[in-house]
Amino acid sequence: MALTGLEIFKLLPKTNCKKCGKPTCLAFAMALAQKRAKLEECPDVSDEAKEKLSAASAPPMRKVIFGTGDHQVQVGQETVCFRHEEKFHNPAVLGVTVSDKLDAEAMKKRIESINSLQFERIGIKIGVRTITIVNDSGSPELFAKAAEAVKEGSDLAIILVTDLPDAMAAAVTKVKDRIPLIGCATPKNAEAMAKIAAENKCPLIAKAESIEALSELTEKISGSGVEDIVLTIDGESVKDKLYNYSRIRVLSLKKGFRPLGYPTISFVTGSDDDQVALGVSCICKYSGIVIVDTIEPYALLPMLTAVMNIFTDPQKPVQVEPKIYSIGEPDENSPVMFTTNFSLTYYTVESDVEASRIPSYILVVDTEGTSVLTAYSGDKLNEKTVADAMKKYGIESMVKHRKLIIPGYVAVMSGKLEEATNWEIMVGPRECSMLPKYLKEVWN
Amino acid sequence: MPLPEITDSFTGSVNRITLGATKENGGTRTNTVTIGGARNVVYGGSFEDASEKPVIAMDVLDTRPRDWPDALVQAYDDVMDSPGDWAKKCVEEFGAELICIKFDGIHPDKDDKDADHAVKVTEEVLKSVGVPLILWGSRNDEKDNQVMPKVSGAAKGEKCLIGTISEINYKSLTAIAMADGHYLISEAPIDINIAKQVNILASDMGFPLERIVTFQATGALGYGIEYAYSIQERQRLAALTGDKMMAMPAICDVGYESWRAKEAKLEDAPGWGSIADRGPMWEATTAVCLLQAGVDIIRMRHPRSVAVVKNFINKVWS
Ligand code: SF4
Repeated sequence: MALTGLEIFKLLPKTNCKKCGKPTCLAFAMALAQKRAKLEECPDVSDEAKEKLSAASAPPMRKVIFGTGDHQVQVGQETVCFRHEEKFHNPAVLGVTVSDKLDAEAMKKRIESINSLQFERIGIKIGVRTITIVNDSGSPELFAKAAEAVKEGSDLAIILVTDLPDAMAAAVTKVKDRIPLIGCATPKNAEAMAKIAAENKCPLIAKAESIEALSELTEKISGSGVEDIVLTIDGESVKDKLYNYSRIRVLSLKKGFRPLGYPTISFVTGSDDDQVALGVSCICKYSGIVIVDTIEPYALLPMLTAVMNIFTDPQKPVQVEPKIYSIGEPDENSPVMFTTNFSLTYYTVESDVEASRIPSYILVVDTEGTSVLTAYSGDKLNEKTVADAMKKYGIESMVKHRKLIIPGYVAVMSGKLEEATNWEIMVGPRECSMLPKYLKEVWN
Repeated sequence: MPLPEITDSFTGSVNRITLGATKENGGTRTNTVTIGGARNVVYGGSFEDASEKPVIAMDVLDTRPRDWPDALVQAYDDVMDSPGDWAKKCVEEFGAELICIKFDGIHPDKDDKDADHAVKVTEEVLKSVGVPLILWGSRNDEKDNQVMPKVSGAAKGEKCLIGTISEINYKSLTAIAMADGHYLISEAPIDINIAKQVNILASDMGFPLERIVTFQATGALGYGIEYAYSIQERQRLAALTGDKMMAMPAICDVGYESWRAKEAKLEDAPGWGSIADRGPMWEATTAVCLLQAGVDIIRMRHPRSVAVVKNFINKVWS
């Protein structure tokens, strides 16, 4: 939790020596509290004060990293409960399980299927980012063998899951260079698990049945030198778990409660369809990592899309690439219309043009991701930006006619646009949903 | 270290409303449906602070839709020409808690059906099912103003949810809903201030705020859901901090929006899984996602997505 100016003042030398450039220690303390100054600017601050101040300024939720290279993943470090307050920082990581009970053949196949759960949406790659090996067999040998097989067959970040320290010790040595996330440390095995995590420099999952037990557990684990912890609740019902993850979020962020200041992981089970529903709930409500059993693309694609959507920065609208989009198979006689590169605007237009079944060109003008009206009033959508885009993307050579359909909301720019382009301007409807009808009427 | 107490005590709550009128209350519904009442955000606070169970309203169209994807047509092909049978199927086979009659067929660009047709459809559905109804216009203001008052009259006293009213078209529907004892849906384009404004306009006409449900244009998963999500979260927070103009339960239109998505419609998409699974799951995911932000009624279409979402709701709102 951030300290107030007065709390910081108590930790300063109180000599008012002015070396920091401030007239008094109190002024410096106030500046620090408002983040207008840096602690290093006072040369005389004591080590003890340094430690206290840096502890207080540490992020309320720790960042945890596992995996290596391009497949390293990062979770935690969230600062808000609602995305509109700022943004969610680290997109939830989706993972799929592999049981160590599978025979070599089946395991190989499963690993391959998991690797291939990669998709592309609006030009962005999304996919499963971690593979979770589960010690269903209870055998250290099989667990270690499975770890080796996964290491061999996949570059994805690895999570090792067993409650047995013996099995963990056997498996972790096989994959420790891949920096796996390991777990779970429970109130029963915490000491042994923490030791394995410390020795192999791996982050550790802490698992308990209640928030109270969990916070005691993390204190124990961090006390033994393991700082990178991920939390999971081993509750009975899904409902309990979801409420508990929300409490953890509030306690760590709003109350600065350190023992719960870590990212969380959820293990989702059930039918393929049910996993999607629960998985999405966990993604939205505060699980940094969500592990599922299903390898059905139809189940993973919507979950991954949900991550993409919920974790976008609300301050930065999602944009589509400015260019000419062909809807259907347009030819030189097809209609041409323009819209902005705000993704929501574009996709609405696109889907209504598709619905019209009239092959068309949509020219997307770069308006820095703003909607038609906002762009117009901000002068990002004017006769010049439209004319430039038409030229840049070469619409003249794509159609024989010279007719441009413009959004109904910016009918006022018709005159100037006609002058700037020498194209005939046709004012389209205000509501996109009327586009199909409009196109059918005017374009025949 | 002892756990600190969470002192986030909210002073306000979402209005709790009961849709449908049974015989004792002057209607013909066999059951009522109560929604709203949340005293915290979703999963916030204790179980007792949660809203009533969110409910699913299944769409029944007044005329056979011509642009529905195969997956939906397959589910309803045998009943699509009879709204009464269609509604019955939704309630009896798929567990719909509400039926939303969507009067697409009255739209001048579609079938341009008249008020007599709409009244007949309403009467048919009222007769065939006992759940409360939602009566949803065609979004053509002129036509809705002609037809929806008649529809309202045909269901007088049934405590239906009727809509939508918007900033520019609210007078006739608000007046008639008040006279016929219905509840109103106020619509805004993902905008808190406009939503408030519409509620104020209705309230200025004397319509009780406690009988309004808000509708913010829904975005499907992958197509702007994050905007709808944040608007619903902000609306819930506004209600909890005591804003009476924003204390309404919320409805969203998941069925229509999610079945427009490419992921639900595109037949041939290698690596995405079969179309038969993708559509229903796109709809279910959109619904579950919005439930996290705080919505009370979800309009849906496919039986499989309805089953998934109901199952989820039963686990978390039990
Ligand atoms: S340099 Fe340090 S001791 Fe000197 S005035 Fe600034 S804060 Fe006080």
